[in-house]
Amino acid sequence: MNNVAPKLTSKEYEANFAELKPALTDVAALAEANRCLYCYDSPCMTACPTHIDISTFIKKISTGNLRGSAKTILSSNWVALTCAKACPVDELCEGACVYHAKGEKPIQIGKLQRHVMDWYVEKRMPQLFTPAEMNGKTVGIIGAGPAGLACAAELTLFGFEVTIYEASKLAGGLDTHGIAPYKMQQQDSLNEVKMIKRLGVKIKTGVRVGKDISFEKLEKTHDAVFIGVGLSMPADLKISGEEMIGVVNALDFVENVTKRKWKSVDVGRRVAVIGAGNTAIDAATEAKRLGAEEVFMVYRRGREQMSAYDFEFELAKRDGITFYFHAQPKKIVGKKKVQALECLETRIVNGKLKTIPRSEFKIPVDMVIKAVGQNIDETFLASIPKLKIKDGMVVVNTKSYQTSNPKYFAGGDCINGGKEVVNAAYDGKRAAYGIHNFIFKKK
Amino acid sequence: MVDLRINCAGITSPNPFWLASAPPTNSGYQICKAFEVGWGGAVWKTIGAPVMNVVNRYGAVDFNGQKIIGLNNIELISDRSIEINLKEIAETKKLWPDRAIVASLMVESDRKIWHDIVKRTIDAGADGIELNYGCPHGMSERGMGSAVGQVPEYCTMITEWVTEVSTIPVLVKLTPNVTDIRFPGRAAKKGNANGISLINTINTIIGVDLDTFQIEPSRGGKGGHGGYAGPAIKPIALNMVSEIARDPEINLPISAMGGISNWKDALEFILLGATSVQVCTAVMHYGFRIVEDMIDGTTNWMEEKGYTSLDQIRGKALANIANFGDMNLLSKHIAHIDAGKCIHCNLCYIACEDTAHQCIDLVQKKGKIQPTVRESDCVGCRLCYIVCPVDHCITMVQKDNGAQSKTWNELVKELPQPLSIEDLRKFQHKHGIDVH
Ligand SMILES: Cc1cc2nc3c(=O)[nH]c(=O)nc-3n(C[C@H](O)[C@H](O)[C@H](O)COP(=O)(O)OP(=O)(O)OC[C@H]3O[C@@H](n4cnc5c(N)ncnc54)[C@H](O)[C@@H]3O)c2cc1C
Ligand SMILES: Cc1cc2nc3c(=O)[nH]c(=O)nc-3n(C[C@H](O)[C@H](O)[C@H](O)COP(=O)(O)O)c2cc1C
Repeated sequence: MNNVAPKLTSKEYEANFAELKPALTDVAALAEANRCLYCYDSPCMTACPTHIDISTFIKKISTGNLRGSAKTILSSNWVALTCAKACPVDELCEGACVYHAKGEKPIQIGKLQRHVMDWYVEKRMPQLFTPAEMNGKTVGIIGAGPAGLACAAELTLFGFEVTIYEASKLAGGLDTHGIAPYKMQQQDSLNEVKMIKRLGVKIKTGVRVGKDISFEKLEKTHDAVFIGVGLSMPADLKISGEEMIGVVNALDFVENVTKRKWKSVDVGRRVAVIGAGNTAIDAATEAKRLGAEEVFMVYRRGREQMSAYDFEFELAKRDGITFYFHAQPKKIVGKKKVQALECLETRIVNGKLKTIPRSEFKIPVDMVIKAVGQNIDETFLASIPKLKIKDGMVVVNTKSYQTSNPKYFAGGDCINGGKEVVNAAYDGKRAAYGIHNFIFKKK
Repeated sequence: MVDLRINCAGITSPNPFWLASAPPTNSGYQICKAFEVGWGGAVWKTIGAPVMNVVNRYGAVDFNGQKIIGLNNIELISDRSIEINLKEIAETKKLWPDRAIVASLMVESDRKIWHDIVKRTIDAGADGIELNYGCPHGMSERGMGSAVGQVPEYCTMITEWVTEVSTIPVLVKLTPNVTDIRFPGRAAKKGNANGISLINTINTIIGVDLDTFQIEPSRGGKGGHGGYAGPAIKPIALNMVSEIARDPEINLPISAMGGISNWKDALEFILLGATSVQVCTAVMHYGFRIVEDMIDGTTNWMEEKGYTSLDQIRGKALANIANFGDMNLLSKHIAHIDAGKCIHCNLCYIACEDTAHQCIDLVQKKGKIQPTVRESDCVGCRLCYIVCPVDHCITMVQKDNGAQSKTWNELVKELPQPLSIEDLRKFQHKHGIDVH
């Protein structure tokens, strides 16, 4: 890289990556829990993709029954700690809280859920669920992200023997490798993995299906297979200069940051992030917090078209990120190492995005982070016979999560094109029901 | 101009707000401080027989994060000597001549001892005497406090001992730990009391510790019943005050207390017949400063309503108290939910469905689920109204024009006796009142 930003002191790193939403104290949690109206058939529960019985778990906080509260939460969502900290609650449960209609602040559901899950971890995660007696059937799961983990945990409650095959050294998927450290810690995700292992789930890490173990082997060993591989292929910009030193994929960059070894992550003095989704925002704010002097977000459309949530956009603004809207990257300029990003201005004509001829301009940068989305690994999935893929997503039956190959089920980012942890958690759980019904021929 | 001055059984004060006999009135120092911020009077912490207190005397009930909705205590009467208390009464009265200083007294049931303390109290310059017949713990085991208040004959006897020598007004403070508050009230009247104070604290156990099984609060492993006060007891006190106020045999000025925390509470008691109002728990929670808003709020309310003196409103709500037999059976009210205000918590639905008359439906409307009253089945019980967390969202709409009226007392006179369910249903049916 041409100009690596100077390293910060450990204290500065800690401050920059400190939690954005700190925990509630016991007293504050109790007061907040008591503020909950205990709605019947509550809108927050409907808004949660995993349909946690929110008013019940909050009521249990108010009665001091934290164990019962943890069970209420986990019985709907196996990665509830991650969700408590990383869910876009404004868009989901808290956004649906009836207090909005009353003109009052919504209940801090995310923080209350975290209060319970922190307690649960502090108590060393006592067993709250008893796996059923072995039913003699076995399920293989590809990928230990939230979808795979949720599916595995739920399957143990039906009595299945479950093995997860995970390519990475650490289980947890993006919960472990992707979520911004100021939202949650890697250890939170690893704790969830530990809890699920305790149900009897075997996790083989460092095993890439299709390379370290074949599909044939997998099919022979297991009565059904769940695909929870997420989106592993970063999309390319398809412009010249992408091979230069200083050009990185957002996912690789973010993964290094989640390890919390900040000193070892190089970041340019001036950084351009291409894209405008939540991942792009994460990459931009993380670059800034690592010590980049200036970070530019470059997006070919306008603010209104950005897919990032409002609160993510606000965060980026607060971090002092500069936005280039209506700027289409044309090429990366430099000699082996990045020197600048050249862009063209765009405009929308008859609803179509058009670049404006001869509108080139250069943003001098030392680093370019590509965050224009991730895709599924189609070549990998193509080796599963008869597996139907449409628009870059594995096609499943919406109720059973069964794919076009009856032995295979799928869930998470690979079936929805990339949503949230909570969606993956729900898919995994529902797919376990689908698998159970399939194997035991239930309707 | 609003004038808050009162005269309660001959005891005058610049406003009706008195501190109740309790820890806030332990000493001259405290009472002077209270007078400085505006309290109109103070009933001195009960003076009398020698006592010794225990630790952990207070317990409280918190509710949904709200501290002290009720306070329980096993404190005894003043543990300072009679001499010191009387000396400080004299000093305080000199400093604050316009304020009411009432001495609360409790001594052994002996005529001479009573005569002696009454005379000394008058000599100290107190404006009045309050006889503590209420303390429900410690003193009662020694034949004082509620042991007197619960036996009308004792009540009369001791009151007579006091009134036969007293030259200043005598208020008798009643214990609520009786089945009918009017009996000790009448007994006090018989003993020539000049006024009635009520209520003292209510027998309660605050709680049980789930780890140790000890009674809360525990004093060296033991606990027991104490006297309950604070916001939780207000409805009980309101009822008892109204019973004393309405009893034609009593007809005495009332100094009311029990759960008064603000000017609104105070006005409710005055509307039910109180002349002065006393406060203990609320000041123990927040300090003397709360009187400022009590005076201010009352004044503003009176100004808004056009009243100039508390005499104009005293007892004005009593006429609206009726016994069940005199209420109109044909008055028809039905719950109405304002969909525009509804926040869709569905609390009305589940309350009605599970515990009332199953007459609220969850109707799908514009993508939202709207609780809706099925009017033909609504009995007008008002449960939905009280569970709804939004102001003015559920209202009880009057459906009759008030023209028809029949009370139970009238009805039983008309229907053949002994009353049969068939005859009653026929009457209901005639008036379109169905039973669900
Ligand atoms: C940078 C970033 C930040 C995010 N922040 C948030 C957030 O704050 N809140 C939120 O709710 N969501 C967030 N998301 C989205 C969320 O992380 C995903 O929706 C979720 O993790 C999807 O879960 P999954 O189980 O489908 O896939 P993943 O979490 O991607 O897990 C897939 C797993 O499969 C493994 N795998 C893949 N192929 C193979 C193979 N062949 N053999 C074995 N193992 C394989 C991978 O190693 C990985 O561990 C973020 C995503 C990104 C990229
Ligand atoms: C700690 C405590 C001590 C009390 N001591 C006395 C007392 O010595 N004499 C007395 O007549 N009443 C005593 N009371 C009763 C109060 O005067 C008053 O009747 C009762 O607390 C109800 O009023 P409140 O709800 O405003 O507290 C005491 C109450 C409390 C809480």
